Amino acid sequence: MIKLENVTKIFPGSDIPAVDNLSLDIKEGEVCVLVGPSGCGKTTTMKMINRIYDPTEGRIILGDKDIMDTNIIQLRLNIGYVIQEIGLFPHLSIEDNVATVPRELKWPKEKVKQRVDELLTLVGLEPEIYGKRRPSHLSGGQRQRVGVARAMAADPPVMLMDEPFGAVDPITRNRLQNEFLRLQEQLKKTIVFVTHDIDEAIKMGDKIAAMQEGRLIQYSDPDELLSTPKNEFVANLVGRNRSIKRLHLMHTRDVLNNDVAYVKLKTPLEEIEQKVKDSKLRAVMVLGDDNKLMGIISKEDIKREKGEVAADYYQEILNTCTDDATLNDALSVMLSYGEGFIAVTDGQERFKGIITVGDIFGVVKDDANDN
Amino acid sequence: MQMIIKNWFRWLGVPLILILISAAFVIYVVNNPGGAMAARSLTYQNVLRYLREHVHLVFVALGLATAVGVPAGILLTRPKLRRIGKVVENIVNVGQTIPSLAILALFYVYLGLGFRTGVFALWLYCILPILRNTYAGIKSIEPGIIEAALGMGMNPVKILTRIELPLSYPVIMAGIRTAVVICVGTATMATFIGAGGLGDLIVTGLSVRRTIIILTGAFLSAMLAIILDYILGQVEQYLTGRDVNS
Repeated sequence: MIKLENVTKIFPGSDIPAVDNLSLDIKEGEVCVLVGPSGCGKTTTMKMINRIYDPTEGRIILGDKDIMDTNIIQLRLNIGYVIQEIGLFPHLSIEDNVATVPRELKWPKEKVKQRVDELLTLVGLEPEIYGKRRPSHLSGGQRQRVGVARAMAADPPVMLMDEPFGAVDPITRNRLQNEFLRLQEQLKKTIVFVTHDIDEAIKMGDKIAAMQEGRLIQYSDPDELLSTPKNEFVANLVGRNRSIKRLHLMHTRDVLNNDVAYVKLKTPLEEIEQKVKDSKLRAVMVLGDDNKLMGIISKEDIKREKGEVAADYYQEILNTCTDDATLNDALSVMLSYGEGFIAVTDGQERFKGIITVGDIFGVVKDDANDN
Repeated sequence: MQMIIKNWFRWLGVPLILILISAAFVIYVVNNPGGAMAARSLTYQNVLRYLREHVHLVFVALGLATAVGVPAGILLTRPKLRRIGKVVENIVNVGQTIPSLAILALFYVYLGLGFRTGVFALWLYCILPILRNTYAGIKSIEPGIIEAALGMGMNPVKILTRIELPLSYPVIMAGIRTAVVICVGTATMATFIGAGGLGDLIVTGLSVRRTIIILTGAFLSAMLAIILDYILGQVEQYLTGRDVNS
């Protein structure tokens, strides 16, 4: 889909190339992450694709056309663009920001409005509430969402993203990353993603291009990058403790432990007491209709509360995650709630099982032994 | 409804009150000139003529200054002219330090006496803050915003009209307001090169030593500056705030 052939970029007034003879082949529907320390040329490489910079040498093919032969405005209208610090227009409302490209393409008014509402809903912002607001009235995470929505407005097949989740706190970033991956699973865009954060690269990328001083050092999928780094630079980039990084690659559904005691809302007290006593966790899960996770009952809850059935005793459970979360996400949730386990649900909040800290360490240990 | 009343008051009420105060002042001094000498200068006819001349000077000079200063400021921010922009910015800053009376005197030497010389000198003096603020306003926009617009396929004209100008309206308007205040003040000196205006009143008052005549000229020019500045302030608020409600 995107092909860079021996691309070199030398900025005027500089002897050293910012990008040096770089060739890269990005397949349709893939997320290609350019990663490396600052000044390695990753952003420059990305910005050559929509001709913010023109390459000094080499060719870039998009689809089957050389980008230099395409009308520059047409080229850019067909590439979604999310930049560092987002670049939302501060004098326009959220709606108008998102509507920028459709209006450039002269879509009819009705269609623009419909598309804007659809996109805002897609990125989790209520159009009625947020549509009329200015970017300055939104939180960092919300602005980032608007940035992504704006880039997707005209449904471009290709998107360029320069540290799109750079300016938010780690917890929000994690959530945005997961949301983004879920969207990407449906939309299957071809994405060039720039980041300096190797963890983000491993999590987001189908392919990772590790860059140093303008050159492409290694271009492979995340697993290969972790298991067989090509040289010292890549090894340092991914870090010594690579088995821990693998937690970014494995999902909770892979290590799920579904041998867990659970009760229904109507289960009587004696049975609950028995199950809690037998359970390793010293607690039982409470499931509602259709296996929906309602909460948890521990030994303390039985002592403190009064009643006859599970519905009277259960407490809300906060340490949960979905089964498409990574083990790294799961571990950080456990740490932030100070719990030794996490309850895993599917997208519809149906209970799937639990994962304990031990399970996660087991994965890391197996991995370490393999290497 | 309350909103409309409040806006109506802001747009028309305040200037109207200021105009009424000025009118009351003029009526008072014309009827109580405190002596035959002052009475000869302070007739309705005279005062209105000076005021009209003054407003005429200011409007023509300011209109021309805006018409040249804003486009010139925009041109200097274009990538091809960036380098000249820096130079012009410095010249403008130096130009601003030349005393206004000196500028008027200088042009009197070349262009002679009269209204045109006055307008030309005022125009040159007013152009400086407008040009400087236009240039600075556009230059101060975060590069990321412009790059985002570029990356989304906006052409340079659209980037200028949809992004750069709306974002720098407040700064440009501030420049025009500065120019108005300077212009109304400097125009009182245009009397020295025979361009008329409220300065005539002040100079007459000085030469015949009648405080009330000086005061009339000074008060009216001050009121003129305040009213014009206020109206432009309202325009600025309207331009920067209108997207909120649309």
